[in-house]
Amino acid sequence: MFEDLDELYQEVIREHSTHPRNFRALPSPARAVDGHNPLCGDQVRLYVAMDGDRVADVGFTGQGCAISRASASMMTEAIKGKSREEIRRAFDSFHEMVTTGRSDAKGLGKLTVFSGVHKYPVRVKCAMLAWHAAIAAMEGGVAEVSTEQAEEAPSPKGGEA
Amino acid sequence: MEARRLDFPALDQDVNGNRLVYLDNAATTQKPRAVIGEIRRFYERDNSNVHRGVHELSNRATLGYEGARKRAAEFLNATSAEEIIFTRGTTESINLVASAWGARHLRRGDRILLTEMEHHSNLIPWQLLAARAGARLDFVPVTGDEGLLDLGRIDELLDGTRLFAFTHISNALGTVNPVGELCRRAKAAGAVTLVDAAQSAGHAPLNVREIGCDFLALSAHKMAGPTGMGLLYGRRELLEAMDPYQGGGEMISSVDFGGSTWAAVPHKFEAGTPDISGAFGLRAAMDYLDGIGRDRILEHDRALGAYAYARLAEIPGIRLLGPAEGRAGLVSFVLGDVHAHDVVMLADRVGIALRGGHHCTQPLHRKLGVESTTRASFYLYNTAEEIDRLADVLREIKRYFSR
Repeated sequence: MFEDLDELYQEVIREHSTHPRNFRALPSPARAVDGHNPLCGDQVRLYVAMDGDRVADVGFTGQGCAISRASASMMTEAIKGKSREEIRRAFDSFHEMVTTGRSDAKGLGKLTVFSGVHKYPVRVKCAMLAWHAAIAAMEGGVAEVSTEQAEEAPSPKGGEA
Repeated sequence: MEARRLDFPALDQDVNGNRLVYLDNAATTQKPRAVIGEIRRFYERDNSNVHRGVHELSNRATLGYEGARKRAAEFLNATSAEEIIFTRGTTESINLVASAWGARHLRRGDRILLTEMEHHSNLIPWQLLAARAGARLDFVPVTGDEGLLDLGRIDELLDGTRLFAFTHISNALGTVNPVGELCRRAKAAGAVTLVDAAQSAGHAPLNVREIGCDFLALSAHKMAGPTGMGLLYGRRELLEAMDPYQGGGEMISSVDFGGSTWAAVPHKFEAGTPDISGAFGLRAAMDYLDGIGRDRILEHDRALGAYAYARLAEIPGIRLLGPAEGRAGLVSFVLGDVHAHDVVMLADRVGIALRGGHHCTQPLHRKLGVESTTRASFYLYNTAEEIDRLADVLREIKRYFSR
């Protein structure tokens, strides 16, 4: 009945949305960043534990649509062990892909399953939410909080305007 | 009743290759030809500004506009047309009371009572007023997923309350609140009452004197009328003891550079050129609904609500919100692990219009522990076959995400 949506909801996306990886909170002193997509109420709390410049461990909790859950799940797999600079580059490539459909950038790997998102502009926010949270976690600042304080932390509004 | 579908031109179309199944009526209903035609007729023949015009067209516009007010008073069984104030809709009606009644009557330490199932439009105006006046908000609790008001402590909550504002029908749960009883209890406690009738007007007979409320707010667009139009009913003594809402033309008696005096009710509350075509359209909608009979519409609405609840309850893993019995014509649900945004998008692919999200009742959703729900809401033109189609499509959606 919904075959024409298979390009958006790729099998891999559906599988990650129902069985998300790294779907867990990390203990202190991991950084926690809250991302919120007011359009459809997606909420993600991303936990990142750094080892120097590299991501030692990452997890997420929260509720969201299939695209936002799958994107968060696959993002956590993609950034584990990566440096800040590598993650920034991955963010840019991913962002370009979900807004334009261009998926030939190096290092996207499995993430190319999200290339169909560009045909559904309202879903771009869903796909980008976890990535915005990841960048906020890398850059620290106001979002750089311990899990104990995350409750009071200001929530960066994830996604595109 | 089903023959009435033909009165609604927007229903006569295909969406994404399927016959449109419009189930987003709690957001706005479709409009019958009688309403669309009346608005068109106004602009083509009578268009002019109202009041104080001496020429023929202005006379017709004024007669039509004030005639709509009389018709609205009759529609609600108000005592007089002066008790009807035209507004942009339920939201503006509630803001009008919060602003014009609140400024005069609410003092530091006073209490306003609401319920946990209020739409943001019957919550935020009171939050703003409470912050300005130093007043406090209290809430009648909702029992849980069955979505009823817990009236166990109602008299205690009403004790010392200045105003009690509550919805007639919950837009998120489909609960029908006992408005008459709530007004009686509030009156006994000396509280002023406001009924949010956005979801009940046009779905059921409404009699403000039988309900016993002090204020009642509704929107034309949720009852087959145009958007941007609504009204506030207020008991005359209360309206007369209120300050104006906005300043401008139409609402004055006499103006001097140093100060002014106000027009009598209801014009005191209607600054500026009103939505004249909207009033013509609202009257046409009221005539249309009464032509069918609001008691018949109520019966149809409740039958569809009960049928939808029963059909959807058969779907494994679905979580239905709101009462199993005596619900209005809408059903909100969580379809297992499938997020509301995905449900709505997939349903749209086969021509079914639903709504997903928190339905402007975010605190209620938080209390029930859900971030968003999917809602199917019905009106007089919907059919049991459309609900069967919805149930089939929801099963398909669930299957699609479990592969």
